[in-house]
Amino acid sequence: MIRRLTPILLSAFAFLLGWHLLTRYSGIPNFILPSPLSVWMRFLRAVSDGSLLRHTRVTLIEILLGLFAGVLFAVVVGYLLAKSRSLEKALSPYLIASQAIPIIAIAPLLAIWLGPGILSKVVICALIVFFPVLVNTIVGVRAVPTALYDLMNSLHATRAHILWKVEVPASLPVVLGGLRIGATLSVIGAIVGELVDAREGLGYLLRVGDFQYDTPMVFVAVFILIGLALTLYGFVLLLEKRFLKWQK
Amino acid sequence: MSHTPILSIRSLGAMFTNENGGLRVLEDVTFDVHPREFVCVLGPSGSGKTTLLRLVAGLLTPTTGQITFARKQQPRIGMVFQQANLMAWRTVEQNIMLPLEVDGVGERTALEKTREMIELMGLQGFEDSYPRDLSGGMAQRVAIARALIHDPDLLLLDEPFASLDAMTREHMWNELSRIWQAKQKTVIMVTHSINESLFLADRVLVLTQRPGKIKMDVEVDLPRPRKDDIRYTPHFGKLARKLRQAIE
Repeated sequence: MIRRLTPILLSAFAFLLGWHLLTRYSGIPNFILPSPLSVWMRFLRAVSDGSLLRHTRVTLIEILLGLFAGVLFAVVVGYLLAKSRSLEKALSPYLIASQAIPIIAIAPLLAIWLGPGILSKVVICALIVFFPVLVNTIVGVRAVPTALYDLMNSLHATRAHILWKVEVPASLPVVLGGLRIGATLSVIGAIVGELVDAREGLGYLLRVGDFQYDTPMVFVAVFILIGLALTLYGFVLLLEKRFLKWQK
Repeated sequence: MSHTPILSIRSLGAMFTNENGGLRVLEDVTFDVHPREFVCVLGPSGSGKTTLLRLVAGLLTPTTGQITFARKQQPRIGMVFQQANLMAWRTVEQNIMLPLEVDGVGERTALEKTREMIELMGLQGFEDSYPRDLSGGMAQRVAIARALIHDPDLLLLDEPFASLDAMTREHMWNELSRIWQAKQKTVIMVTHSINESLFLADRVLVLTQRPGKIKMDVEVDLPRPRKDDIRYTPHFGKLARKLRQAIE
């Protein structure tokens, strides 16, 4: 364990040292590039007054709800599209168009329609998560070997059996690959929503820090976001380890 | 051997449509299969052997003619494919158990039967292995076990040993012969190997080139149980020559 962590710790130490030396000797003012120490102090202050926890919790809830809704929707729609070529033909122009518009362009619209509360962020987050999971679900379900369908049909298996015993486990590796991408994108989705219009959340904290030239606060928020993204990613890796142990 | 056939096939024809119009694969195929009979369908590639098997399995609907089963409309079928066609995410034990799950057999009974089958097939010690860790011969053994576990009325084998090396294949002939003796199943096996069909079958049907018709119906009156050296007897040679001439 320690041996495995050594390179990570070494690189983190080198990063912090380089950052410290840069702020110490370059003459860049603290409100442009804060030193690691001032970011750390700001972090402690935000923790002790409870604001960091409150805003992080709001963002985390948005992310989890958005991720859940986006993945659920993508898996269901993806399965239907994988099964029906004509449905795919009918819907794919819209799906691709929805991806051609940057999410940041429709985020203000969603804020107008859905209000400054949590809902608009959840929807933005779900939208950004939707596509990679959708594409991977389609690919995954289409790649199920036809011979396995033959096997199930020769046993007179029901649709439900085919779904749960063949299609779900066979497509799971590819779907989880999409979830890996979706999980990291979900953090971006929530922040985009909060940057547009919000009273709470890490995106709001970013904006406030920006307005008040509280650059250490901006750094704290950014690091928390990185931490959230890494945690979600790690969680998907855990899922893969649990459910795909039959792979190498 | 009983006199009422378990399976009657009458003027069976199959046609596939492709961009050049219709492709006649089978034409006017008529034959009976009796209980506990081992029938080999021998033919050059493209003679519609696999199509015939898929029709019997109910995976395809015939264009003309009928397939009638003696006791009921839908016989229970055990099928072995050219490739082992195992589920990569299931262990050997779980793969063999699949047909019982589809039939809704209780877990304890299913496990008991599976253990027995593992013993019969000589797969002890591999219960918890995943298919990726099995050799070709081992994987095909698991596939045969899976095809037998639910005590099917009809065992359909689609060139099950075609992908194995010569040594393993001959070993598997002996194994299959032994298991067939023990289980007393009705078997239809498709193959393009004359040796294989003579070593295993009670009867060999020779199909012509596309569209496949039955060219010859040969009784294999070699004594059982058959040992390896039976292949070097004059009678075996005579039958082999007869089949060889029918194929050309």
